[in-house]
Amino acid sequence: MTTQTRLDAATTEPERQVPPRPPRRLRVTVGKVLIWAGLILATLVFIYPFLWLLSASFKPRGDVFDNRLIPETFTFDNYLNVWQEAPMALWLWNTVLVTVLAAVTVTISSAMVAWGFAYFRFRARNFLFGVVLATMMLPGAVTMIPQFLIWNSLGMVDTLTPLWAQNLFGSAFYIFLLRQFFLGLPRELFDAARIDGANNWTIFTRIAMPLCKPALIITLLFEFQAIWTDLLRPLIYLRDSDNFTVPRGLKALLDQYGFGGEWHWEIVVTASVITTVPMIILFFLGQRHFVQGIATTGSKG
Amino acid sequence: MARTQVNAPGTLGDDRAARARRIGRRRETRAALLFISPWILGFLIFTAWPIIYSAYLSLTDYDVINDPNFVGFENYEELFRDPKLATALWNTFFFTVIQVPVYVVVSLALALLLDRAGRASGFFRTAFFLPKMTPPVAVGILLLLLFNGQSGLINEGLSWFGIDGPDWTTDPNWVKPGLILMSLWSVGSSVIILLAALRNVPQELYDSAKVDGAGWWKTTMRITVPMISGALFFIVIVNTIAGFQTFTEAYTAFFGSGNTTYSNDAALFYVIYLFRQAFEFLNMGYASAMAWLLFVIIMIFTAIQIKVSRRFVYYEGEQR
Repeated sequence: MTTQTRLDAATTEPERQVPPRPPRRLRVTVGKVLIWAGLILATLVFIYPFLWLLSASFKPRGDVFDNRLIPETFTFDNYLNVWQEAPMALWLWNTVLVTVLAAVTVTISSAMVAWGFAYFRFRARNFLFGVVLATMMLPGAVTMIPQFLIWNSLGMVDTLTPLWAQNLFGSAFYIFLLRQFFLGLPRELFDAARIDGANNWTIFTRIAMPLCKPALIITLLFEFQAIWTDLLRPLIYLRDSDNFTVPRGLKALLDQYGFGGEWHWEIVVTASVITTVPMIILFFLGQRHFVQGIATTGSKG
Repeated sequence: MARTQVNAPGTLGDDRAARARRIGRRRETRAALLFISPWILGFLIFTAWPIIYSAYLSLTDYDVINDPNFVGFENYEELFRDPKLATALWNTFFFTVIQVPVYVVVSLALALLLDRAGRASGFFRTAFFLPKMTPPVAVGILLLLLFNGQSGLINEGLSWFGIDGPDWTTDPNWVKPGLILMSLWSVGSSVIILLAALRNVPQELYDSAKVDGAGWWKTTMRITVPMISGALFFIVIVNTIAGFQTFTEAYTAFFGSGNTTYSNDAALFYVIYLFRQAFEFLNMGYASAMAWLLFVIIMIFTAIQIKVSRRFVYYEGEQR
């Protein structure tokens, strides 16, 4: 129907017009008030701990527990002290190194493997892909000890390598995610490229990878977050405090200043802020991709 | 779908065409194996071999320094006599069985609220998701600070209502409830999954329910929940598996380096005990047996959940 005929209909039959709706903001119901009250209350619950932590990091020793949102005495000393008490810059550098290496390698290798499963047809394909899915179900505890022994026999314990190098081989969850994306691409595109003389590698790197950029970004972001926030593997593999990542370092500071009898909670709180802030920035940079990724893949808890 | 049919059959002699197709298929298999070779290598080295080796280790005494000493099923027998293991199992069951339903109900409630937020839903979604970005170590530390019995924010809040809050972080009866409450802080990703599912429920169903005069509660219980039962089930499964493997927050808050425990064993969860056996006490054999027991427990629970879900979970387009 064109605009013209619709206009005609409207002018010739005015009696069929619907009465104008009352402006939306006037329709305040009890239900709406309850919904908004619930939303605002929930937002407070979710945001408050951040604000509390941030504010505590600016309070002098002893005031940490006063639960005021605005510090009574504002001080920047905690940040200077943390920097002096702990090799914070080194820890941050270690973490950035590990997370970037882990995220980039897992994205490239998972994409390669996913492409292998999505594009080619070969006899063992369904069986092998079944194995990929099955490995997602295996609890990490089963492979944790032998993996440690492998890295130990390679003399790699207390280096950063074990924290990222396994990602060179791809990861089942991302292989699954990227394969779904590749399967959604039109096959004619690749056939056309093949007729134009493109080989498998060119098709993969020049056509498939660029088209699946959103999924690659999701993979990068998810893995970056997973590795940055991980404590278990650094606990297993890192010994010397110069090799710590920030979460491992934060745990060490808690052991020393929280429970070690020194009760310098302001150090622990400030280090927590330093550990958390890069993740918050990452989230705001990639918010859309995070939300999309979680909504479509149902990323694990 | 035959992709290599560019050489249409008939243009070549029949066996030549068959030969060309065979070569094409072999070439395709070779290319595919090249692409998936990283995963095959990684699987063999870091999954298949560890599974076999872990099964072997579970039959030995091994402290990393000396060679493994074969002891048969002694480790498994020891599992049944170890009172600490019983504690760890009980703690883990208790935590998971309470945490998962609470977590699911809270995320559903928040998703339903968020669904009604209209244009502001983006803002609230961000707010709900932010805690997911907090490193679990920091969450463990926040737990210690906010749930502190004397001066923590939670108890201060409770005191406004005249409630004398418990010592969440030191009283053995309150350690697990505290951990469960703290875990609700990161429901964000489940809320997003459920919200996506809610948005997929056909509007007609709500319209006809309205015509039939169904109220909010009835509509939610009879239409919304059944229609998103697939997503709900997914969250239950994933959280149960994660619950059995709880580690970081509890370890951060209640255990420390140098074999120290900062509380009694109220927060000794299964993976924490496994970690300590393996990497603090260097009982690699015993810890491997523990890992296999955990594997069996998770499998049993997942199988039960899948079996039960057959009766309740509705998938669109499913033939009944």
